[in-house]
Amino acid sequence: MAPVTLRKLVKRYGALEVVHGIDLEVKDREFIALVGPSGCGKSTTLRMIAGLEDVSDGAIEIGGRKVNELPPRARNISMVFQSYALYPHMTVAENMGFSLKIAGRKPDEIKARVDEAAVILDLGHLLERRPSQLSGGQRQRVAMGRAIVRQPDVFLFDEPLSNLDAKLRTQVRTEIKKLHARMQATMIYVTHDQVEAMTLSDRIVIMRDGHIEQVGTPEEVFQRPATKFVAGFIGSPPMNMDEAIVDNGALVLASGVRLPIPPRFASALRPGQKVTFGLRPDDIYPSGHGLHAGDPAAVHEVELPVSITEPLGNETLVFIQFNGRDWVSRMLNPRPLTSGEKVRMSFDLSRAHLFDIDTGKALEG
Amino acid sequence: MKLKTLSAPALLLLPAFVVLAAVIVLPLIFSFYSSFTPFRLTKPETLCVFVGLRNYATVLGNAEFWVAFGRTVLLLTVALNAEMLLGLGLALLVNKATHGQRLLRTAMMFPMMFSPVLVGFQFKFLFNDNIGFVNNALQSLGLTNQAIPWLIDGNLALLSIIIAEVWSSTAVFAILILAGLLAMPKDPVEAAHVDGCTPWQTFRYVTWPYLMPFAFIAMTIRSLDVARAYDIVKIMTDGGPAKRTELLWTLVGRTAYADARMGLANAMAYVAILLSIVFTVYFFRKLAAARQQIGAEW
Repeated sequence: MAPVTLRKLVKRYGALEVVHGIDLEVKDREFIALVGPSGCGKSTTLRMIAGLEDVSDGAIEIGGRKVNELPPRARNISMVFQSYALYPHMTVAENMGFSLKIAGRKPDEIKARVDEAAVILDLGHLLERRPSQLSGGQRQRVAMGRAIVRQPDVFLFDEPLSNLDAKLRTQVRTEIKKLHARMQATMIYVTHDQVEAMTLSDRIVIMRDGHIEQVGTPEEVFQRPATKFVAGFIGSPPMNMDEAIVDNGALVLASGVRLPIPPRFASALRPGQKVTFGLRPDDIYPSGHGLHAGDPAAVHEVELPVSITEPLGNETLVFIQFNGRDWVSRMLNPRPLTSGEKVRMSFDLSRAHLFDIDTGKALEG
Repeated sequence: MKLKTLSAPALLLLPAFVVLAAVIVLPLIFSFYSSFTPFRLTKPETLCVFVGLRNYATVLGNAEFWVAFGRTVLLLTVALNAEMLLGLGLALLVNKATHGQRLLRTAMMFPMMFSPVLVGFQFKFLFNDNIGFVNNALQSLGLTNQAIPWLIDGNLALLSIIIAEVWSSTAVFAILILAGLLAMPKDPVEAAHVDGCTPWQTFRYVTWPYLMPFAFIAMTIRSLDVARAYDIVKIMTDGGPAKRTELLWTLVGRTAYADARMGLANAMAYVAILLSIVFTVYFFRKLAAARQQIGAEW
């Protein structure tokens, strides 16, 4: 049983504070992803949990025990590094069994556990090789094997897939997910890739500039982003966003375009208020090619010129000229469109997001 | 032969070859030849007398030579191991320094900047039994009230020489091992911490295998250096007292110039070179094995 709790966790390098007192409760056996752009403090936070960085202030508890002062070896954790960090002078089997050897386990027990992990990760035929004789994906699996063999309370992953090519990344992602189902251990996973975070985790922690922007399930952070930053970070392609002013029951965009205020926000807005208006590509579509069968009353239709298209097979991303720039829309059951062609577009305003222009916080409708 | 018939690369390399031949190859051939003659500097005509392997037979049957040979190996072993340990310690400490690391690195190399002859004089003074700093310090600290005859007692003299040698050249190990520390990836060390290693285990199982190639390079360089040790010994003890610190090259020097038996000295020198070759081959093998082990890509 190993929940992980961060209390007012702070990291300073000299005068520079990079993590500003974050609070987080990771439940036992939960898969949590820390996600954010580079420099947001996610890796630093993970390294503090691992004990590789000192905690400047606040507390880290693993399994209810405060571990601030404990060295990494006393925390019963495993970590998978971005660079894999295998020991180059040891064979795959030695790499995987190293932590057990250090712990003074018997050779046959070590062998049994290494073999078991090798079966899970399909490494059986590579056990006698050196890391330099392995491909990137194989090295990655060995790094995971090393983590499994240790049977830790908590698994930590530091961008484990970023050195793999796209195809392999998808494969290993699935393996990590299976691993979590099988190991029943707490896992904390750092990534800058929101797709990894969405696909793998029970809950996502979105970080920015050393703060937590939002904690929630993948559905929550996608459907109800708490801030403008989260809205822009989660989702691919990212949400279309522009400033708007509330005027007489409508949102007026910079170009003068007026959109009716979605009913659920009606009471939350006052005239003259400046907001950021956001709508996901999924919620803008050439009429008849939409994803959601939303409230027809909330669908706003406009005729707009197509800028370019990006066909993806099952769907096409259509860039339309709207409010002085290109907005992205997603067209299902696509039909061919040409640049400059005027298309009737549906804006599903029931799914719009509004954010306070100053704080960036989501306005609740 | 016309110069025009030579290809451009050959032509361009020719001056270098000529210079090398003049300063290295010819003296080498000459010295090798003279090792088969009873050549004495005072009797030039002896250069033309060919005595076959007689000089070599004399050398191999000479107890004095073998004692000097053995002492050189002893010096080599003790000095290299001491330098290795101290250099490793220094490198690890400097690597830990968060501020002023560049300054420390430079300061660490100071001993290498002194001429060995000066180092010899300096230590000769330090170890002087009457006015030397070492005895003075020991007496002032109340550790002894005797004047320890550092350079006069045979065993202590060799120890003094080893200390001087270690002082002047530990930096070679320190610098090379530090280079290894700076070049090694940090992740495996962190992985070892997470895997449950104590600091010592981390060093033993992860850091050291990375540093071994660097240590062996330093070993190779220094084994060649120490095997031809001459200047420090010449200044500090001149092989004395009673030849108790006689090393291979002080013996060769004495035979060649004091005894003027150049032919014999050259024969000794060629046997001595074998020692260096043996050590070099040994360390290069170790180096290759160590590199192979960490899968080095250089």
